[in-house]
Amino acid sequence: MTDRAPAENHAGGQRLTAMHPHQAVNWPALRQDFPILDQQVHGRPLIYFDNAATSQKPRAVLDALVHYYERDNANVHRGIHELSNRATAAFEAARVRAAKFLNARSADEIIFTRGTTEGINLVAAAWGTKFIKRGNKILLTEMEHHSNIVPWQLLAERTGAQLAYLPINGDRGLLEPGRLDEFLTSDVKLLAMTHISNSLGTINPVAEYCERARRRGIVTLIDAAQSAGHGPLDVQQIGCDFLALSAHKMCGPTGFGVLYGRGERLAETPPYQGGGEMILSVDFQQSTWKPAPHRFEAGTPDISGAIALHAAMDYLDGIGRGNIAHHDQELGAYAFEKLSALPGIRLFGPTMGRAGLVSFLLDGVHAHDVVTVADRSGVALRGGHHCNQPLMKRLGVESTARASFYFYNTTAEIDRFVEVIREIQMFFGK
Amino acid sequence: MFDDLTELYHQLLLDHNKSPRNFRVLPDANRIAQGTNPICGDNYTIYAKMDGDVVQELTFQGSGCAISKASASLLTESLKGKTRAEVKAMFDKVRDLITTGHSDGDLGKVAALSGVHKFPARVKCALLPWHAVAAAVEGRGETVSTESEKE
Ligand SMILES: Cc1ncc(COP(=O)(O)O)c(C=O)c1O
Repeated sequence: MTDRAPAENHAGGQRLTAMHPHQAVNWPALRQDFPILDQQVHGRPLIYFDNAATSQKPRAVLDALVHYYERDNANVHRGIHELSNRATAAFEAARVRAAKFLNARSADEIIFTRGTTEGINLVAAAWGTKFIKRGNKILLTEMEHHSNIVPWQLLAERTGAQLAYLPINGDRGLLEPGRLDEFLTSDVKLLAMTHISNSLGTINPVAEYCERARRRGIVTLIDAAQSAGHGPLDVQQIGCDFLALSAHKMCGPTGFGVLYGRGERLAETPPYQGGGEMILSVDFQQSTWKPAPHRFEAGTPDISGAIALHAAMDYLDGIGRGNIAHHDQELGAYAFEKLSALPGIRLFGPTMGRAGLVSFLLDGVHAHDVVTVADRSGVALRGGHHCNQPLMKRLGVESTARASFYFYNTTAEIDRFVEVIREIQMFFGK
Repeated sequence: MFDDLTELYHQLLLDHNKSPRNFRVLPDANRIAQGTNPICGDNYTIYAKMDGDVVQELTFQGSGCAISKASASLLTESLKGKTRAEVKAMFDKVRDLITTGHSDGDLGKVAALSGVHKFPARVKCALLPWHAVAAAVEGRGETVSTESEKE
């Protein structure tokens, strides 16, 4: 695939931006930054194709974690002593770094969370409980992850609101922008949608959707779990009110993430959890709380998580997120093309402009059998519903097998993977 | 190429997966139970026709992975004509076999499931239809599930 403008192509997918010409990145050399990749499983070289579930971590991130615990560990915002000052400074520096990473207007718009799931739950519980009323509608899409469905179901149950879903066009997994207006009815108060589908590889034109929703006064939330770290991400360009991401899918640690909230949204949002760190003063009957972002961060946070995420963001920007997007999409397109050439395979997601992952089913072979056999060949895949049960229902399947890539993967690994798929087809007598 | 896999995917299992035996609805069944695994999406219905204490007929329907389907197919063959107590005894032996790789006594063709224990993630697949048949024969016409969803 050659460089292209980020415009929506006719297949309806959208490039994550490959505006800058593909700069020379020494991709094979980057592999050396990931100690875990250099190993054999079941006697075969590891081919790690489960990056949509979690990415591997480069040495720089591991070093940041170790350095923090070996040199600077202390609680934040509480102490006056040197280590506490260092820990606090590093923790808040990570917030500033995250604001820059997302092009937020201010570091006060950056809330640290346990991940995408907690970010969405925070919005549903704190903002949603105050602003979503009986009879209101929450608009989602049919390709959402359970973490962008269930928090809204819980909110709807509490408030008497309803959920509606933007449909996809079958196996190609594209939304139909032409039908958006039909769904943006006056009772819709919130549009919550994923940037990149973890099952389909669809890249949604979120800036356009947010713009059209915003014009009608609808608040927007973007699930950026699959897009953060896989390409440029600019909350002002997207124009969303909230955006949630997970550090572990972008070279950072597990159990940590960021929720971006537009300043005016956070100002009107009551606390999420109560405890230390988030209060100004506490009396026996009543307390007053801090402004955003600390209002939403009760208790001792994951300090090392913030510091490691900071290292991950530096690492990714060192490569260039435009370059990563380009490389990811090249791998996705390459795998899609190679798999398309096989007999007896059903592929999901857009034919063009897909993210770096491919979901598929082999005729007569269950996804779990594919994954079990691939594992014995050293290839780590994922099989199942990928926390997308409503989507699976929509596609009329129980599960799919999925190969998902990151910048340290290679076309040689994809060639080997496709060979393994052929062997699996043979093994099960096709 | 897949030497270490031929134990899990024993030739007999591959055969039963491709051509499952007793794979049909049993119209005059008097005991029906369902087995589902929400993670894999495995979903089987076991139909039993009991005559007093004895399993007269046993069939199944549904879909899932090769291991669960072959296990269900073998089960329908091996439990026909057995009493309720014998089904229970067989269930215990098969569970031992699937979880540890061995078991007392002769299990016949079902012994083909012995390789499953080396693949912990697949134990539940092999056991699913056995849970369902136990529920059916004991008259607990219910849905048995290997676990709750977690991914
Ligand atoms: C699209 C999408 N949304 C949300 C999540 C949830 O992320 P986490 O489990 O890190 O909170 C995931 C990851 O599984 C995802 O792929």
